[in-house]
Amino acid sequence: MDGINGLITGFGVALTPMNLLWCLVGTTLGTAIGVLPGLGPALTIALLLPITFKVEPQAAFILFAGIYYGAMYGGSTTSILLNTPGESSSIVTSMEGNKMARNGRAGAALATAAIGSFVAGTIGTLGIAFLAPVVVDWALKFGPAEYFALMILAFTTVSAVLGSSAVRGLTALFFGIWLGLIGIDLQTGQARFTFGVQELFDGINVIVVAVGLFAVGETLYNAATYKNSETKITPLKGSLLMTKLEWKRSIGPWIRGTLFGFPIGAMPAGGAEIPTFLSYYTEKKLTKYPEEFGTTGAIEGVAGPEAANNASAAGVLVPMLTLGLPTSATAAIMLSAFQSYGINPGPLLLQTQPALVWGLIASLFIGNVMLLVLNLPLIGLWVKMLQIPAPLLYAGILVFATIGTYGISQSYIDLILLYVVGIIGYLMRRYDFPTAPVIIGMILGPLAEQNFRQAMTISAGDWTVFFTRPLSLTIIVIAVSLVIVPKIYSMAKESQRRQSLAR
Amino acid sequence: MTGDGGSNQRGAADAAPATGDLLVALGVVGLAAVVLWQAWVIPVSPIYAKVGPTLVPIMAGLGLLVFGAALVVSALRGGWQTKDEKAITPDRLALGWVLGGLALNVLTIGPLGFTLASVLLFVCVTRGFGSRQLLRDAAIGGAFALVAYLGFAKTLNINIGAGLVENGIEWLIATVRGR
Repeated sequence: MDGINGLITGFGVALTPMNLLWCLVGTTLGTAIGVLPGLGPALTIALLLPITFKVEPQAAFILFAGIYYGAMYGGSTTSILLNTPGESSSIVTSMEGNKMARNGRAGAALATAAIGSFVAGTIGTLGIAFLAPVVVDWALKFGPAEYFALMILAFTTVSAVLGSSAVRGLTALFFGIWLGLIGIDLQTGQARFTFGVQELFDGINVIVVAVGLFAVGETLYNAATYKNSETKITPLKGSLLMTKLEWKRSIGPWIRGTLFGFPIGAMPAGGAEIPTFLSYYTEKKLTKYPEEFGTTGAIEGVAGPEAANNASAAGVLVPMLTLGLPTSATAAIMLSAFQSYGINPGPLLLQTQPALVWGLIASLFIGNVMLLVLNLPLIGLWVKMLQIPAPLLYAGILVFATIGTYGISQSYIDLILLYVVGIIGYLMRRYDFPTAPVIIGMILGPLAEQNFRQAMTISAGDWTVFFTRPLSLTIIVIAVSLVIVPKIYSMAKESQRRQSLAR
Repeated sequence: MTGDGGSNQRGAADAAPATGDLLVALGVVGLAAVVLWQAWVIPVSPIYAKVGPTLVPIMAGLGLLVFGAALVVSALRGGWQTKDEKAITPDRLALGWVLGGLALNVLTIGPLGFTLASVLLFVCVTRGFGSRQLLRDAAIGGAFALVAYLGFAKTLNINIGAGLVENGIEWLIATVRGR
C-alpha cells in the first residue's frame, strides 16, 4: 500500500470519536509529563503498558503516540522557562530559549518552539508515511543475518557513538542485554539467571526496569541534589504572537532543523542530540544576528533545534515500525507494547496490520494539530503545573511507580527489583552512564539472539554467514567503523599534537 | 559563592584513583563474574539447537567483564565522573528518608494495603525533599493514593493490594448503592 492510500485508510481509523478521544488524552498527558521535570515519555508509556490488556491495539498506540509527541512539546516549555532540560535532546533549546525568556521574550520563544514542533512534526509524519513503504520494500529482502547485523548497528550507535563515553555506554548496553536474558530461554526451555526464583522464570518485566531507572533513580538523584539545586521559573513574559520579523527569522531554521532531524532520526542508528546540535551550529553560522546568540537569546537557536528534535522523534518511528528496530528508550517500550499484543513490528506489519499502522500515522497528524492548540493558547495552564512543589511531585511519582509495578503483578519480587534498579539508576546518573542503552538492550537483546540463532540455523552453523552476505557485511562494517574510526582519528590527532610539542 | 578562595582544589587530585568510580567499576566486574558463573551453570539441554542457551549469556558476561576492566583502569587513572557531579555532596539524610520510605513500603504494602503504605511512602519522600508539613503531606498523599487506587481498580479492573482503607471504601460504595 502506498503512502496516499495508506493515509486515507489511516484517517478513517483515527477520525472515529473514540480514537480522537484517545489522541486527545495522549497529547494532553504527553504535554503534562513533558512539562513536569522528572517524568518522560518512556516512563509514562511503561506505566501505561498494562492497558494493553484492556484496550484495542489501535487505541493504545494512538494514546502512546500522543504521549510521545506531546512530551516533546511539553519538554520545550520546561527547557525555556526552567532551564532544566528534561531530555538531552532539549539541552540546546534551553540554551537560547531560557536566555530569551530571561530577557522578557518567553512568549516568542514558546511560540517558535511550538510552531516549529508543529511544522517539523507534520513534515516528519509525512516523511514516515512516504518513507515507511519504501523501507518495507527494501526490508522484505532481509534475512535473519541482516536483522542481526542491523541490531548490532543499533546497539553500537545507541551506546558507543551517541553518548559521552563508549565504555560506559556499552557497559549499560550489556547490563540491559543481561537483564533481557533472565528467564526461560524460549528455544531450549532452559532457565537462565533465575537463581531459582520462580517469579523470574517469565523474565523481568520491562516496566520494572524502565520505571526503576526513570522514576525511582531520578527521584533518588533529585533527593540527593535537591538542596544544591536552585530552579527558578522564569515568568512568562512577552506576547505569544510572534512579530513579522520573528516569523521571518524562524521559518528557515524550522525547515533546516526538520531536514537535519528526520533523516538522522530515521536511520537505524537514531539519536536526537546530533541533529539538534547540528541545527544549532548551522543557525549560529547563518544568522544575521550573531550578537544575540548566547547573550539575549536568538530565536533561530530555539526554532531550529526544536524542529530538529521533533522531526527526529518522527524519524525514530520509521525503523521501529518497518524493521522492529527501536533506537530510543521510548521506541523500545512501544516495541514491547507491540509484543504484548503478540504483534511483531517488521516489514510485514504494514501488510498485516494496515489499519493499526496507518491509523497511528494519521493520528500523529491529528495529534500535532491538537498539540499546537494545547501548547499555545493553553500555555498558562502548563506553566502552573511547573509550580507543583518538588516534594509533592516526587512523592507522587514514587507512589505512581509503585502502582505501576506492584499493582499489576502483586509481587514483592517486582517491588524489590524496582527499588534495586532505582538505586542502580541513581548510581548510573551520578557516574554518567546513559540509561537508554539498558532499555534498548533489554528489549532488543532477545530479538538479536533469536535472529542470530535463526541465521546460524539457516547456515547450518556456519559463522561466516554474517560476513559473506553483502548486505549483512556492509552493515557490520558500518557498525564497527562507527566505533573505531573516531577512536583512531582522536589517537592520530593526539600523536600529531605530541609530535608538534616535541619539536 | 563569595570569591573563590574557599573552592577546594579537586582538580589537582585528578591523577589519584577515584574511590567512587573504582567501586562502581568493581561492581561491574563483580556483576560480570556472577553473570559468567551463572551462564556456566545453565544446563545445556539435549534438545538440538545450533546455538545453545549459553552462548549469548557468555557473550554478555564477557562484554561486562571487558568494559568493567576498562572502567577499573579508568578509575585508577583518576576516574571519569564529571566535575559537576564530583562537586556535589549527596544529601545523605534526604537519600536516607527516600530509601527508608521505599523499604517501609515493601514491608507495609502487604499487611496495611496500598493506600496506607503509600501514605507512609509519600510522607517519607516529602520529608526527604525538605517538607515539614507532615499532616498536609499525609492528607495529599492519602487522597492521591486513593484516587489512583480507585482509578486502577475500577477502570482497569486490576486489584492493587486492598487493605483496611480500600475495603472500607468498597463497603461504603456497596452500602450507598445498596440503598
